[in-house]
Amino acid sequence: MKTMNRTLVTLAGLALLVSAVAAQAIQINGAGATFPNPIYSKWFDEYGKAHGNVRINYQSVGSGAGIRQIQAQTVFFGATDGPMTNEQLQGAPGKILHFPTVLGAVVPVYNIPNVTAELKFNGPVLADIFLGKITKWNDPAIAKLNPDVKLPGDDITVVHRSDGSGTTYIWVDFLSKTSPEFLKKVGINTSVNWPTGVGGKGNEGVSGLVRQTPGSLGYVELIYALQNKISYGSVQNMGGEFVKATVAAVTAAANEAATKMPADFRVSITNAPGKGVYPISSFTWLLLYENPKDKAQSKAMVDFMKWALTDGQKYCADLGYAPLPENVVKLEMAALEKVKVS
Amino acid sequence: MTRKDLTFRIGTGLFGALLILIVASIGYELVRQSMSSIQKFGLSFWRTEIWDPVAGQFGALPFIWGTLYSSIVALLISTPIALGIAVFIAELCPGWLRQPLVFLTELLAAIPSIVYGLWGIFVLVPAIRGLETSMPTVLRQLPIFSGPPLGVGMLSAAVILAVMVIPFTSSVSREVLKSVPPAQREAAYALGATRFEAIRAALFYARTGIVGAVMLGFGRALGETMAVTMVIGNNPRVSLSLFAPQYTMAAVIANEFTEAADELYLAALVEIGLVLFIITLAVNSLSRLLIWSMTRSSTAVAAVEPTPEPTAEAA
Repeated sequence: MKTMNRTLVTLAGLALLVSAVAAQAIQINGAGATFPNPIYSKWFDEYGKAHGNVRINYQSVGSGAGIRQIQAQTVFFGATDGPMTNEQLQGAPGKILHFPTVLGAVVPVYNIPNVTAELKFNGPVLADIFLGKITKWNDPAIAKLNPDVKLPGDDITVVHRSDGSGTTYIWVDFLSKTSPEFLKKVGINTSVNWPTGVGGKGNEGVSGLVRQTPGSLGYVELIYALQNKISYGSVQNMGGEFVKATVAAVTAAANEAATKMPADFRVSITNAPGKGVYPISSFTWLLLYENPKDKAQSKAMVDFMKWALTDGQKYCADLGYAPLPENVVKLEMAALEKVKVS
Repeated sequence: MTRKDLTFRIGTGLFGALLILIVASIGYELVRQSMSSIQKFGLSFWRTEIWDPVAGQFGALPFIWGTLYSSIVALLISTPIALGIAVFIAELCPGWLRQPLVFLTELLAAIPSIVYGLWGIFVLVPAIRGLETSMPTVLRQLPIFSGPPLGVGMLSAAVILAVMVIPFTSSVSREVLKSVPPAQREAAYALGATRFEAIRAALFYARTGIVGAVMLGFGRALGETMAVTMVIGNNPRVSLSLFAPQYTMAAVIANEFTEAADELYLAALVEIGLVLFIITLAVNSLSRLLIWSMTRSSTAVAAVEPTPEPTAEAA
């Protein structure tokens, strides 16, 4: 008992010491998207090890909450899966800059009894299924894309996300670009008014429902499908190729976009042109004020960003994210100079 | 009155006032935060079936419907079971079995709702789907059983809610039955009543307390979030079918709040919270009224007052 007490006292002393040291360090708080949370946590952890005086805290509370918090200046940086709208930017007290950090992709997952072949999809067919216009697996439109597969006459059960999500944003962004009807009837947002189907909470909710429901079709993040070994279909890109999502195919999509990158980096790269491009890909963004109040934090954050965009990218592969192409990194390095650090 | 008495009275009085203040400020804050939605949609918010974040069109009807429908079906399932458990434990159970049974029913209340949700996804939903696919087509024609056999939907949500509500209703009913004076039963036996008749008399005596127990369960069912959203299918459409995917108020708030960035959308979500608050208040008041009218209509005294229910349980 006595030794235990002594240990406790020592531990408490240590904790005091550690917090005293940490108090001198620069603390930076951020909040936002859940999708990049694993890589952000890894980055902040690794960067903190090398730079003991900088501590970055991140709350993965969702893109919408991240945008609200940076607008209210309760956090130093925000993070979002869908770029901020002009309206939202005007609602902030200062100019907010977007910085793409990594790339993600969304894949169609399905469960059809007795079909093991990999299915091929394109935008208009996926849009019609999610609009409730194509209701059977042996619909001629699906059969035309998959001439070698014997499709059953079962009903298609559409599974979508019930929670607001950047994954939904990317998915409906692609469907809206390839189907004018989908754009008109459903539109683009982190949650939308789905005409059909059931909602699952989170990637795990959607994949759980798909796995259990014969004849279902849903969408999940590529990382999630890779880590959980869920089979998914290939999707036709703008050039007509059917591409299965891989890390390389996602980076290729960003590479194509880099040539026409707008100065504020707010760009959708779904349905991007080019060879070998996976069409349902997207950046995820980190949000910073151009002229932050606290210049010490600003300096530390810019230094961190330079590290994350270069050395930090090597952690992507392990975690299933696609790294940024070099030409995008080059553009961002130049843009980081705009952030005022003194 | 001594000085100590006075301090005690003022102290406890302050705590009482604090409670009123908390409830009032929750109501005030909900109204304040949902102002832009209230101004835009007015009363039509309560009867509109559209929930379209892209177009900025919001209505609470599917969520109100889903919440009430799932809670009522859950009560229909749970009340007989919970009462059966309570009667058995309080009246018929051999002594050595009583404590283990009490412990087990109370354990049901201690399971986190996310665990119920996981159980729902992996066990209950496939079982319900099996039931749906094996149901004869004649029955499937009825509007209450129509729709494709998805497994997720109203029935799964109601069953999971029923399981979650049982420990509350049965524990309170058991305590109510235990507090029925022995003289009541003895009098029944003295009149030559059988065991069944004596228990029936005790149940009648305890009826106001039992209604309170059922209403406590109702409140719990109204506010349950996590387990329901995992199995109900989250589709904001009003449907009579038990097999159709639907949605509840608590679930839509939990699902969409974090990603709601524009002001009207956020205000509409807070207004859903306000609607849930009002409905819970109304249900509570109604149950009070019911108990009041029951106690007034007879000389029987309520054995146990209904406890105010916890609502909008933290997910």
